[in-house]
Amino acid sequence: MTTSAPARQPEHGRFRMARTIHLERRLEVPRWLPVATTIGAVVVALLMSGVILWFAGGDPVAIFIHILRSSFGSLGVLSDTLVTATPLILTGLACALAFRMRLWNIGAEGQFLMGAWGASAVLLIPIVPAGTPSIITIPLMMAAGMLAGALYGAIPGILKAYRNVNEIIVTLMLNYIAAAWIAYWVFGPWSEAGFQLTAQFPKSDWLPRLSDFASSVPAFAGLTVHLGLIFGLVAALLVRFLLFRSRRGYEIRLIGDSPRAARYAGINVARNTVIVFAMSGALAGLAGMSEVGGVVHRLQQVISPGYGFTAIIVAYIAKLHPYGVIIAAIAFGALILAGREIQPSGIPAMIQGIILFCLIASEVVLRYRVRIERRAA
Amino acid sequence: MDPTTILAAGVASGTVLLFAAVGEIFAERAGVINLGVEGMMLIGAVVAFGTAVATGNPWLGLALGTLAGGLLSVLHAIITISFQAEQVVSGLALTFLGTGLARVLGEDLSKAGAIALLPTLTVPGLAALPVVGPIFFTDQSVLVYVGYAVVPIAWYWINRTRPGLHLRAVGESPTAADTLGVDVYRLRYTYVIVGGLFAGLAGATITLAISPGWFGDLTVNGQGWIAIAIVIFAQWGVGRAALGAYAYAAIGRMLIDIQGPQELFGFPNPFYVNHTLTFFLGMVPYILIILVLVAVSGEAIRKRIGAPAALGIHYVRGERGH
Repeated sequence: MTTSAPARQPEHGRFRMARTIHLERRLEVPRWLPVATTIGAVVVALLMSGVILWFAGGDPVAIFIHILRSSFGSLGVLSDTLVTATPLILTGLACALAFRMRLWNIGAEGQFLMGAWGASAVLLIPIVPAGTPSIITIPLMMAAGMLAGALYGAIPGILKAYRNVNEIIVTLMLNYIAAAWIAYWVFGPWSEAGFQLTAQFPKSDWLPRLSDFASSVPAFAGLTVHLGLIFGLVAALLVRFLLFRSRRGYEIRLIGDSPRAARYAGINVARNTVIVFAMSGALAGLAGMSEVGGVVHRLQQVISPGYGFTAIIVAYIAKLHPYGVIIAAIAFGALILAGREIQPSGIPAMIQGIILFCLIASEVVLRYRVRIERRAA
Repeated sequence: MDPTTILAAGVASGTVLLFAAVGEIFAERAGVINLGVEGMMLIGAVVAFGTAVATGNPWLGLALGTLAGGLLSVLHAIITISFQAEQVVSGLALTFLGTGLARVLGEDLSKAGAIALLPTLTVPGLAALPVVGPIFFTDQSVLVYVGYAVVPIAWYWINRTRPGLHLRAVGESPTAADTLGVDVYRLRYTYVIVGGLFAGLAGATITLAISPGWFGDLTVNGQGWIAIAIVIFAQWGVGRAALGAYAYAAIGRMLIDIQGPQELFGFPNPFYVNHTLTFFLGMVPYILIILVLVAVSGEAIRKRIGAPAALGIHYVRGERGH
């Protein structure tokens, strides 16, 4: 792509200088550039959001300071931020993994819900008798949540791999189906005394929180961070290992970069499609399990303010890197947490959209470099 | 459970899907996927409704709502065509942005009372026709009739005119089109914006004619995504998209009506007896969409038809490609 500015001609110049602006394709990307453009894009996005807020009659500086203070201002709110970040880490990893292979899993939200349902089923069907020690129930809930998410994720994977059905539409439709499925169970068979939620899980089956250890470490009193955060951090380690240190990961990245080359290299694209979708669903399912086990402590209709959708942006900010997902998830955890108090309620969603726009727009800098040439005409 | 009522309602609310799907067909025929339909529809819906509330003039609302959808699509055009960003992600960003912005703009609109709606028409003569009359020509919104006109015009434009040929060329083989002197970038910009205008119109159709009012995200409630699915079902053809839109909406209406009566075909109605079962009825449209897409992909493979060849692929002049 070459955009040429018309030559400006000085009226009394001894020789005329033609100045042209070239966009030329980069052959190599300097290591610092992706990080710099990401930070730049986020800054630009926040500035743009600020301008919109100002037009809407708000005080952008006050709103941003409010977001920072109510998410990082004290140990207590920092802990709440990490709690909100936990499902975002896991769903963000789910998206990052699928997007690496250019599989558009927009269904993390539905897989999250099915994971929450699977984990709840362990206690509510019940699969284990009441009073089973938590050392058994919690791992069972994890397994059930991941299995439910993986099976639900495998559906678009199989349809994509063997029937070439558009996975974006299928995953989106499955989100709606999962929401109706949850609604059926909390309004129907599992309803607590006719209310639209299930009975609270027994306290012994809650994921342990920092505050549970306040008797031995007084500083932990009131801190809500729960075991799910560890799930997220361990999952990030595992996904990084999978992507960059294993044969499967090599195949996934190769398919993502060039499916044709991968096919020539004898890689089974269809099989990998199903496997990656199932793994992605398992991660999102674990997020759902961690949310009902660690935060909500029951199944109810609304357990996610759209974690599965925010996860898409989290994955993109992280440039699909597992460790980056952790950082981006914490930032968006803060935005969601503080956003609950911001009016109008659409502002956090709007800021998320602007950030995503600026991010993908900024990638042009990674692909092209701007050269301004002067040459005598 | 009256078939005529169900079909007439299907035609009415199917018009929303029809507009959105036709817009997306234009954009995708030019080679650009825009997954921001849901966001553009929400913006169109909120601007149209807000204008109608503020000015009392639904026609002005219709115009501004349509324009608002077009305006939002310009962002997608710049980012995907000029900046060559990933079309899928840009479309998702557009949906996030449109949803958030619509909620911000619609903050005070949920409490707004009744507004003057666009008029409904009964066509003398045609309305008297058996079967067809009561379904298509009786007491339908003026926008439903616009829908009837859009389908043949869009079909003719795409398949029988010179600009339509250029449109298809840009979506199938931009390099060849460019060689023949067609301005690929300009046409892609044009049709992405046409798609945005149609999505805005679709949103305005909801709030000014079909189900008036502002209910936040639920105003559009995923119909933008359904429209995209209908485009695939239609295999990028306008006529089949119209059929899909009307049929989908009619099925949706039938699933609501089925919950009402105490007896169905002489048996106790299970959905009347146990209301929680209706959640399964709520899943049916989405399951149906998935099943239809599976069937269509089989058909596409058999008949060797499918998406425009350059769909989703950036065109960079002077680089190898389509």
